Amino acid sequence: MNMLRFLIRRILTGILVLWLVATGTFFLFFTAIPVQSVARNLAGRAASPAVLQETIRYYGLNDPILVQYWHFLDKLLHGNLGVSFYSQENVTTIIHQDLPPTISVVIGGVLLWLIVGLAVGILSATRARSFFDRIATVGVLAGVSAPTFVVGELLIIFVFVQLQDHGISFITTGYNPITAGFVPWLGCMILPWITLAIVQAAVYTRLSRGSLLDTLGEDFIRTARSKGLTERRVLFRHAVRSAMTPVVSQLGIDVGGLLGGVIVVEQVFGLHGLGFQVVSAISQGDQPTVIGFVIIASVFVVVANIVVDMSYALLDPRVRIS
Amino acid sequence: MSITEVSFQASQISDAPVTAIQGRSQWQLTWRRLRSDRVAVASVVVIILMILFAICAPLIALATGHPVDTAYTATGENAFGNPVGPGVHGFILGTDEIGRDLLVRIAYGARISLFVGLLTTAIATVAGVTLGLVAGYFGGVVDAILARFFDAALAFPYIVLALALASVFHPSLTIVIGVIAFFSWAGISRIVRGQTLSLKEKEYIEAAKSLGAGPWRIMFIDILPNLLGPVLVLATLYIPTAVTFEATLSFLGIGIPEPAPSWGNILSEAQAFYHVAWWYVVFPSLALLITTLAFNLLGDGIRDAIDPRTERIFAGSKAARQRRKRGRRGNGGHGLDDAILVGEQADLTDDQPYPAGGVPGLEG
Repeated sequence: MNMLRFLIRRILTGILVLWLVATGTFFLFFTAIPVQSVARNLAGRAASPAVLQETIRYYGLNDPILVQYWHFLDKLLHGNLGVSFYSQENVTTIIHQDLPPTISVVIGGVLLWLIVGLAVGILSATRARSFFDRIATVGVLAGVSAPTFVVGELLIIFVFVQLQDHGISFITTGYNPITAGFVPWLGCMILPWITLAIVQAAVYTRLSRGSLLDTLGEDFIRTARSKGLTERRVLFRHAVRSAMTPVVSQLGIDVGGLLGGVIVVEQVFGLHGLGFQVVSAISQGDQPTVIGFVIIASVFVVVANIVVDMSYALLDPRVRIS
Repeated sequence: MSITEVSFQASQISDAPVTAIQGRSQWQLTWRRLRSDRVAVASVVVIILMILFAICAPLIALATGHPVDTAYTATGENAFGNPVGPGVHGFILGTDEIGRDLLVRIAYGARISLFVGLLTTAIATVAGVTLGLVAGYFGGVVDAILARFFDAALAFPYIVLALALASVFHPSLTIVIGVIAFFSWAGISRIVRGQTLSLKEKEYIEAAKSLGAGPWRIMFIDILPNLLGPVLVLATLYIPTAVTFEATLSFLGIGIPEPAPSWGNILSEAQAFYHVAWWYVVFPSLALLITTLAFNLLGDGIRDAIDPRTERIFAGSKAARQRRKRGRRGNGGHGLDDAILVGEQADLTDDQPYPAGGVPGLEG
């Protein structure tokens, strides 16, 4: 019951945040860009003044801002994100087309970095101060320091180009849809995943190592050991589970930053996904597409945060009570 | 107490350096530990060299005879119009795609990177500490409102806002600094707020209140000095984050506009040349990596020096080695002064939440 009330409250806050983002974006774009330049974007560079006037009238660009805001919200609630200035296509269609590469990068990347980060973190916590631990600490610092696009470009030079030069063409750049076959898809995804994993796994290694070391020193671990449980069971059933709370909360924070990382990865590896689209939309002055991306990105963040809050409760019984 | 006095006393009471060490202040202890940390000292040297490199950029341009924006189409490009490699025609690190000297451009790029990194960190630290102190000290409604702001700023996908701003206004240095500073203060605020919440309940704050001290005096004179440790560590760790952030924005074409060189926009152009000009990608990447790594290592070093508890986790092997050495010298063998150091600061370290996963909110 408590849990349900918590969930409802979180969803309501999420909707509030989305409304704030949509409103903020609307006023940012609609007050900062002059009507004339919007009309010119819609009607084309060579449009005559009469055509411009007609465009302004047709789209209601001179209506009071609150009326336009009402239309914007009304369309938004019906899932209509408007029409691209550049290609005259529906923004919803564009986003729909560009989603598969982005989803592939995100899911594979998150899985790889969680697996690598947690495995290294757990290993170095249980073997604290060993040689492995020392190496891991150095690797973590390098990973934390490295910007995503630097890792990506270095991987291209030292892995992709080298393999191509030696006639191995398994790894490709650009995007091959999974419908074209699993192996080509894997070949174009493996370097983006590794890039995200190198940059992000470091944080999770550090976090899970520290948290697990703290947990292993707690009384309930001693209790579990003195009950005669095997070390493996103590570690995975008791310690790791309780040490995961900071990892989960970091994951919630990173989902926000992840979209930034994905934009960079798509740019480096020439994947035509959402991030690639939004960067070109900016250089083309295609504001509806940018607004659409901002709103979709915020939905993503809000949903991820709710999922994270829910999984706290599943991991740590103490959260459920309060 | 000076070093000579210390060694004098230590030689007087040969087996017990305890009294001598207790006489040092918190910051003296920190400084001593930092100086003996070879990695931290090396990072300071690297950072100073990088700053000198940035300051001397015009001198480097003068010495090589290649002004930063001059394109050498005759000597700086090969027969195919591609960049020439390191050492060719006097270009020490090679050239870029229109034949400009890469070394000179990296040096000028260092100016922008370091300037943005240091300035945004300064802005974020001042704003973050002030708002964190206010929220933590006043509590109640003020805290509730400010805390929502911290959460919103931390949860918002910052690169998305940078994109939105860049598409409305033209990208510029001011926008870059504004965006980075705006997304950096909240992490500092949250930690300062948490610290203030626990510190304001201490007896010495009560004493200050009973002497008639006002809220601003208590916040900035009585509480702030106790927070300098965590704030210093956070600020040091924010610098590389801000440098990376600027480079990423410039790489995406929404940061520092051309033709001003920044490490990010150099790498953005280098992207198209990875198969013909490795130096064009590798050298700017190295400059960026070395800088961020040095600041991260220094931040970790300062953290370890301030907080002996983390020191024992991260550099445990070193402490153990020293303990063994002392043991062999027959000095009691229990690492006595280590224990004293921990005991002395236990009060503070218990509630210093150094971020275990690096700087909150700005990864990626």
